[in-house]
Amino acid sequence: MTDGDNHSIVKLDDIVKTYQMGEVTVEALRNVTLEILSGEYVSIMGPSGCGKSTMLNLLGCLDRPTSGRYFLGNEDVSTMDDDMLSAMRGRKLGFVFQSYNLIQQLTVIENIEVPLYYQGISESESRERAVYYAKRVGLGSRLNHKPTELSGGQQQRVAIARALANNPLVILADEPTGNLDSSSGKEILDIFDDLHNQGKTLITVTHDQEIAHHGTRVVRLRDGQLESDVRNQ
Amino acid sequence: MSEISNTIEEIKDTKSVRQHPGMAIMRFKRAFRLGVKSLWLHRLRSFLTMLGIVFGVCSVIAMLAIGEGASYEAQQQLKGLGSQNIIIQSVKPPEQQNSSTSSETSRVLEYGITYKDVKKIKATIPGVTVVVPGRIMREYVWNISRRVDCEVIATVPWYPQMRNHQVKRGRFFTDLELEDRSNVCVISPEMVQSLFPLSDPIGQSVRIGENYYRVIGVMTPQGSSKNAQLGGVGSDIANKLFIPITTARVRYGEILVKRRSGSFEAIRVELHEVTVKVDERDRVVPVSKVIQDIFEKNHDKEDYNIVVPLELINKAKRTKQIFNIVLGSIAGISLLVGGIGIMNIMLASVTERTREIGIRRALGARRQDIITQFLIETVILSGAGGIVGVVLGITIPYFVTVFANMATIVTLWAPIIAFSISAMVGIVFGIYPAIRAADMDPVEALRHE
Repeated sequence: MTDGDNHSIVKLDDIVKTYQMGEVTVEALRNVTLEILSGEYVSIMGPSGCGKSTMLNLLGCLDRPTSGRYFLGNEDVSTMDDDMLSAMRGRKLGFVFQSYNLIQQLTVIENIEVPLYYQGISESESRERAVYYAKRVGLGSRLNHKPTELSGGQQQRVAIARALANNPLVILADEPTGNLDSSSGKEILDIFDDLHNQGKTLITVTHDQEIAHHGTRVVRLRDGQLESDVRNQ
Repeated sequence: MSEISNTIEEIKDTKSVRQHPGMAIMRFKRAFRLGVKSLWLHRLRSFLTMLGIVFGVCSVIAMLAIGEGASYEAQQQLKGLGSQNIIIQSVKPPEQQNSSTSSETSRVLEYGITYKDVKKIKATIPGVTVVVPGRIMREYVWNISRRVDCEVIATVPWYPQMRNHQVKRGRFFTDLELEDRSNVCVISPEMVQSLFPLSDPIGQSVRIGENYYRVIGVMTPQGSSKNAQLGGVGSDIANKLFIPITTARVRYGEILVKRRSGSFEAIRVELHEVTVKVDERDRVVPVSKVIQDIFEKNHDKEDYNIVVPLELINKAKRTKQIFNIVLGSIAGISLLVGGIGIMNIMLASVTERTREIGIRRALGARRQDIITQFLIETVILSGAGGIVGVVLGITIPYFVTVFANMATIVTLWAPIIAFSISAMVGIVFGIYPAIRAADMDPVEALRHE
């Protein structure tokens, strides 16, 4: 990708996130500052309990930091209300989950259409786009199947198509290959590589060294703090 | 890829897109389809949930229709008596009633309203406009060999107008005929069938005792004959024959002699019935009190009965009100139960679909969108239940009328009210589960198994 337009897409500024667990206050993230540029393929790694999930929830606008600021694109997310956060999720972010999180009652095509529905895109256009992305992830022949009729790898591809449907700024993936066998996992990583090559910004949270090797940058967390931040060559 | 990016740029500002009215309708249509779809996934459950509302709505409409029918019949009969009228009737005093039937005494029984009473009412009470005196006798009426047991009512020409009892064919007798003591009569439609099954009664003659009367008119039918709540005002005989009161005085004199089944009794009653018309509705009750006083002073026996149709109408209206309140409560309770059923199912459904809610929230659904989704489902349930209930509620009274022979009236507002209440129940009982769904933390919801 060209280096010329490497502007900042995600900017975390001194982020603190604490949880109240009964009497005890748990500090999940402590003063994390991080900047991710457009077109980067970042892997966030670390042992369990290091704050990866919290980080992902914050990055995904599913949660708000206790203190600190978070800019997504040019917008300050940390001060947004619930509706605005929903709008950010719907327009700027694409999620890929470990357990796919497809809606079981809906077909492949309908699942891909869900984020478009909440953006008020007309039926004909959203159908067109959903078909386009389903074909792009190689599911053109399974448009009217239910998720239960698909293999894990196929389901995850549906999820990727769904994440792409709104043409988001950032794709967030939470252990995208965690539930898959190695060959299906490879397929998914190939798609990610593909997206990266097209200039998409990808952030994955993972245990998997393999994914980390695919990416351009590895961020390690430990005890809620940034441990290391390495760019691959 | 690039043309898609362009289209995305075009719809970038989705807030403005959302506010577009045409878009809102489209979104609603899609949300509605989504609701129908997810209810259809659980057909049996949705159907059973709906039943609560169906029964609620249908019972409201059916019960109201039956109640309305019953009270309409009663009111119709009361209206026939005239709401501005006070009716005074002669009654056989109770102590003499026994002796006259059991003993063979030949003395003349004297009781009831006298002409003097009528004169007094006319002279002392202002605002009393018309007084209709009437005598009532039970007689057999003959047309050659056909015989009908009938109530002969001797009265004045303005009787039909006073009692809201219209002439259907021909005419009532005139003032002139009253003066002339003509032998004319007007008969009730029930008699036409039994006396003149094949020919037109008007112009023909009937025989009562030794006298012939020319039929000049036929009255309109007047309600059904079961009017126990009127205190026996209208009699239970449908066959009625009207003759001028002057004619009756000539033909019968003041003393009625009855020979029936071997017994013999002579009764002297000047007037059997007097109808007093009061000029204003508000004065009906006070005037009736005054009449009561007059009679109490002048009659030492309880040989009269004062009936105030207005009071009876009011009483009937009050009864209907109470009836409506009771029905309303029953309806309210059944709809409440139906609503609780809906809420129960929706709460279960929200829990069951926690994951789905989480996914939708992560993909950009606002709280509002989730509330809409669940609320639409409950409104569809209760609305569909309401429609089925209305249909059943309209058909059931029909069958009640056909099979139980009871009058029923489905008023326009009963289905409307029942249906709107059911729709409201959907909203009221749907809002809590919907808010529960919307308030779920997306992070927690996504983690839900």
